[in-house]
Amino acid sequence: MKSIRLPMTKEDAVSLRIGDVISLQGMIATGRDRMHRYLFDERPPAAHIPFDLRGSVLYHCGPIVKKTPEGYQVFAAGPTTSMRVERYTAQVIADYGMRGVMGKGGMGAKTLDALKEHGCVYLQAIGGAAVYLAERVTKVAGVWKLEEFGMAEAMWILEVNDFPAIVTMDAHGKNLHEEIEKKSRSIFETLIAPRRGIAM
Amino acid sequence: MSALDDAVVELYRKAATSLPPDVVNALSIARSHEAKGSRASLALSVILENIRAASKSARPLCQDTGIPVFFLRIPACVSYREVKNTIVKGTKLATRAVPLRPNAVDTLTEKNSEDNTGTGFPVIYCDEARGNRLIIDLMLKGSGSENIGQTYKLPDEALFAERELDGVRKCVLDAVQKAQGRGCPPYIIGVGVGATRDQVTRLSKEQLLRRLDDANRHPILARLEKTIRDDVNALNIGPVGLGGRTTALAVKIAVNYRHPATYFVDVSVACWADRRARLIYDIQNSKYRIQS
Repeated sequence: MKSIRLPMTKEDAVSLRIGDVISLQGMIATGRDRMHRYLFDERPPAAHIPFDLRGSVLYHCGPIVKKTPEGYQVFAAGPTTSMRVERYTAQVIADYGMRGVMGKGGMGAKTLDALKEHGCVYLQAIGGAAVYLAERVTKVAGVWKLEEFGMAEAMWILEVNDFPAIVTMDAHGKNLHEEIEKKSRSIFETLIAPRRGIAM
Repeated sequence: MSALDDAVVELYRKAATSLPPDVVNALSIARSHEAKGSRASLALSVILENIRAASKSARPLCQDTGIPVFFLRIPACVSYREVKNTIVKGTKLATRAVPLRPNAVDTLTEKNSEDNTGTGFPVIYCDEARGNRLIIDLMLKGSGSENIGQTYKLPDEALFAERELDGVRKCVLDAVQKAQGRGCPPYIIGVGVGATRDQVTRLSKEQLLRRLDDANRHPILARLEKTIRDDVNALNIGPVGLGGRTTALAVKIAVNYRHPATYFVDVSVACWADRRARLIYDIQNSKYRIQS
């Protein structure tokens, strides 16, 4: 498992290849549907965001966070489906300079092009492993737009340690999701081909 | 019925923080089938570790605590409205107590109700029970897996799917091929066949309540369930969709009578975090128990 310290340099990001299993150390930020639409439509200057996204990872996640006397505590923080923010991601990478986008299920052609253009990778986190992943959050460093967007849609700034992920789209135009889809498609076509009866 | 408020909270806690033993067992077996050191094996190890951690700390095992879907069986002497009110109240309490992520959004204003209730939310289906026990089955239906469900109308030319059970098999394969890893595999797949579109969606959802190791009482369907599961696994989409031998833990099918001219097939998919729990309430002595 390759350990990646955040913020990442462009060289770090470009050195990663699909299939690499990595673990993240450092600061990441969450953002899902509403945050992406906001960053895309309003294009707030980076200075207005209480966290420098450059070199960081934007994590598609709507966590469960509890306010305790000691501060915020992340209870559950698994990935959400990334494809829903496909429309916005290329521009958000161009505007804010993340080196990683993390979620689940992979993304589309526009994002893949943006990863190549800017030197960025897509990371798949383990879907549903919300407690395991929340236990890898060592600190909630801040939150942005909590009142306005609510708990799930706000941007949470999280410090993580040994946070596992798999590189599934890299800066060289390779897409592991696409390769798996292609292989399963040919098996699928054989399985549905006419004249293949099932033994009853 | 007010004794039930706490019971409903407990039911939510049970469903959100642990998985039924048959699901955990199937996931362990799936891990043993994957090559050591593979992505699939890593994913299943993290998933199993996550289940342990959630159960130990009584935390929701996935941050998407889903759409609460209830299937009730109510004794003839009990009012449906009363049970429904209890569930709504218990849902509000559970949202704070467990905690659940507030997931109910007003479609017109986009405002989140913050307590997981609203018009038509939670989803509640109801039947009459035999005897004096009120049975409340709760499924916390992950939205990622809900989004990959599909309804088909046979025949379907593109799939070479005729109005026959082999056509049903093709529908399931198509739904999974389209979904790939987006709904958090390994999946549990419910299938309903029948006369109308609305009926088959409920029927397929209801199949997700079945224990993974149960046997369909119709031998034909029991065989079909295995055939489809094996075909789905042959697609090699794998745990979390990054390749591997287990894409589906189980397929569960139910068929109703249909109209000669209609043949609807609904495919309802649960993610590996197949969270379900049952509350059994004895009306006579007001005692309840909760089981997974």
